[in-house]
Amino acid sequence: MLHGMNAGMNKTLAVLLWGTVAVVGAAAVGTVAVHRGEPINALWLVVAATCCYALGYRFYSKFIAVKILALDGLRATPAERLENGRDFLVTNKWVVFGHHFAAIAGPGPLVGPVLAAQFGYLPGTMWVLAGAVLAGCVQDFVILFFSVRRDGKSLSEMAKDEIGRVGGFVAYAAVISILIILLGVCALIVVNALKSSPWGTFTIAMTMPIALLMGVYLRRIRPGKVLEVSALGFLLVLAAIWGGQYVSQNPALAGLFTFTAPTLAILIIVYGFAASALPVWLLLAPRDYLSTFVKLGTIALLGVGIVALHPTLHMPALTRFVDGNGPVFAGTIFPFAFITIACGAISGFHALISSGTTPKLIARETETRMVGYGAMMCESAVAVMAIIAACVMQPEIYFAINSPAGIVGQAPAAAAAMISSWGFPVTAADMQALAHAVGEQTLFNRTGGAPAFAVGMASIFSHSLGGETLMALWYHFALMFEALFILTVLDAGTRVARFMVQDALGHVYKPLGRTSWYPSILATSALIVAAWGYFLWQGVKDPLGGINSLWPLFGISNQLLATVALCVATTIIIKMHRAKYAAVTLVPLAWLVAVTFTASWHKIFDANPRVGFLAQAQALAAGPAPSPTGRLIFNNRLDAAVTGILVLMVTLVLAESLRQWWGVVSGAREARVKESPFVKTRLAEERG
Amino acid sequence: MRRIISSWRTLIAALREIFDEAAYARFLGRTGIASSSAAYAEFRREFEEAKVRRPKCC
Repeated sequence: MLHGMNAGMNKTLAVLLWGTVAVVGAAAVGTVAVHRGEPINALWLVVAATCCYALGYRFYSKFIAVKILALDGLRATPAERLENGRDFLVTNKWVVFGHHFAAIAGPGPLVGPVLAAQFGYLPGTMWVLAGAVLAGCVQDFVILFFSVRRDGKSLSEMAKDEIGRVGGFVAYAAVISILIILLGVCALIVVNALKSSPWGTFTIAMTMPIALLMGVYLRRIRPGKVLEVSALGFLLVLAAIWGGQYVSQNPALAGLFTFTAPTLAILIIVYGFAASALPVWLLLAPRDYLSTFVKLGTIALLGVGIVALHPTLHMPALTRFVDGNGPVFAGTIFPFAFITIACGAISGFHALISSGTTPKLIARETETRMVGYGAMMCESAVAVMAIIAACVMQPEIYFAINSPAGIVGQAPAAAAAMISSWGFPVTAADMQALAHAVGEQTLFNRTGGAPAFAVGMASIFSHSLGGETLMALWYHFALMFEALFILTVLDAGTRVARFMVQDALGHVYKPLGRTSWYPSILATSALIVAAWGYFLWQGVKDPLGGINSLWPLFGISNQLLATVALCVATTIIIKMHRAKYAAVTLVPLAWLVAVTFTASWHKIFDANPRVGFLAQAQALAAGPAPSPTGRLIFNNRLDAAVTGILVLMVTLVLAESLRQWWGVVSGAREARVKESPFVKTRLAEERG
Repeated sequence: MRRIISSWRTLIAALREIFDEAAYARFLGRTGIASSSAAYAEFRREFEEAKVRRPKCC
């Protein structure tokens, strides 16, 4: 009786609590959506996001877990059945959560939202919230669960098993393509962040001796004490940031660390090759740890800073650039906002991690919900922080930093006049003062998102922590943080791509597959670095700044990979006789198909030369022909061809999936999923 | 208080896993050797190939 009353009270309290969360969330989302004309406080975005995530996790992910996936806490996971102390390992769910989040959190959720802020804060915020709760978190959760049910199989293997050989091949080809484009874009972001910036370049250069020192410490002084040495490395990096100001103020030293974009591009290409081909773990492994340490710390710091300082957003909800003529990248909100922001809403790349290391660590099926859905919610929260960092700036400053010279001109006065003519009044003197405050020579034409994010982050913190005097330090801290972990993505990504190519080539000629055979290592490293290096060089030489062409290409390839992942998920759900619930993955899939195919069509065929690759090639061919024009024409045609090939491959997967679905639903095909057989967990009793 | 201690331990365990300290401890446990410069070098050799194959997201 008493127990029944308690249960009734708990239920009433839960209804009241979740009802309040829903009302507050609706009010916050409504305020964010309809607020116009005056600046809005960032806390509205924070409250809207928190409520959406809480409701999505509590209700939507539970619905998926119970009704569709039927998570089984009594079923032994591969971590238990195949435990080997290396890859397969029963691990605490919070530890897996941290591990998974550290693997999915990269520069994407920071850069994409900053670029998309050219439309105003509203489109990006709405896409990040809706996209994460209804699509991105769902994708990560279901792919993780399906991989756990299949002994930790990769996305490519699951695509081959459940859809067919075409699915497997396309998933493999899409991963290689996305890696190459991603690495090219990442390298371009670093080049644009560090060009003509002796302070930034010095700080990043100093991470190399610091990492070597960490390597020696780890190897010789305190073997294996990674956390300890990472904290030490972090202090040394802070000292390097402090010292960087003296380097930038000394003409002789500043000259040593001031590079043009092409020079930096060459240095990064050489670095990428060396990182892939040489046994340089003494440098790379400690740098990887240092980067992770700085990344997790900075994200936490930014989150606390935004909540504690709750800055005001100066960017309007919608800017005039919703018409598709934005200076950062050309194209209308639909589809371009949805491919520009990938990782904060849905990212195909996450499906690789959800079907990589993580499923081999999960102790209990029921934990896939918290790890898969929950970690993606945190990633989405990082994207909300990036939107806030970009939108706390006055819009004229945002556009001055992010507009390429090809749009606003090279000269500061001309650029300021152009930006003022858009309705965002700014003077060259204002920008010079800001550049001086952050310790840079200029902030015009700093495309790529990283400098804008750094200015935003610096302005959030400098208002209360250190004031204007520390503005330059905060700016260079943010710049170092982004460049450091982008370079880590670059060297890790090059090696991952190299291994994938070696694995494939090993089927043709066995020695090529041997990861210790030097001719193969050199050849495949050169191949991968040449591929992303080409895109980097193309971006550096692009008069529109490179981001206009390459970021959409990256967004399209990433979202096409998500399309493949959702095809796999929908196929499995239908084969599990849950076709009536297939909308959970089918709706995000349909949305992504609409977005990516429309975006691809525009990028290839749009008549506006700033949008369509072929139109730009045609415009260049029709104009006067200085020497680089031939190469620019070729680059645009190449980008069009790459986009077309990616779309064609995904169309094949879609067609093959549709054939599977129709076969199962019509009864013509047997609905047989390829799961590992049920084995009862031995850990059930001790878990309770 | 117990909950705070437990949360702290979990946080440290997560960090040790992320930063491969736990993997090194498992390596030492599996091979039965004591931590040393040579042991760490051996761990890196064994661990490196698996580690570099893991994709990191964009």
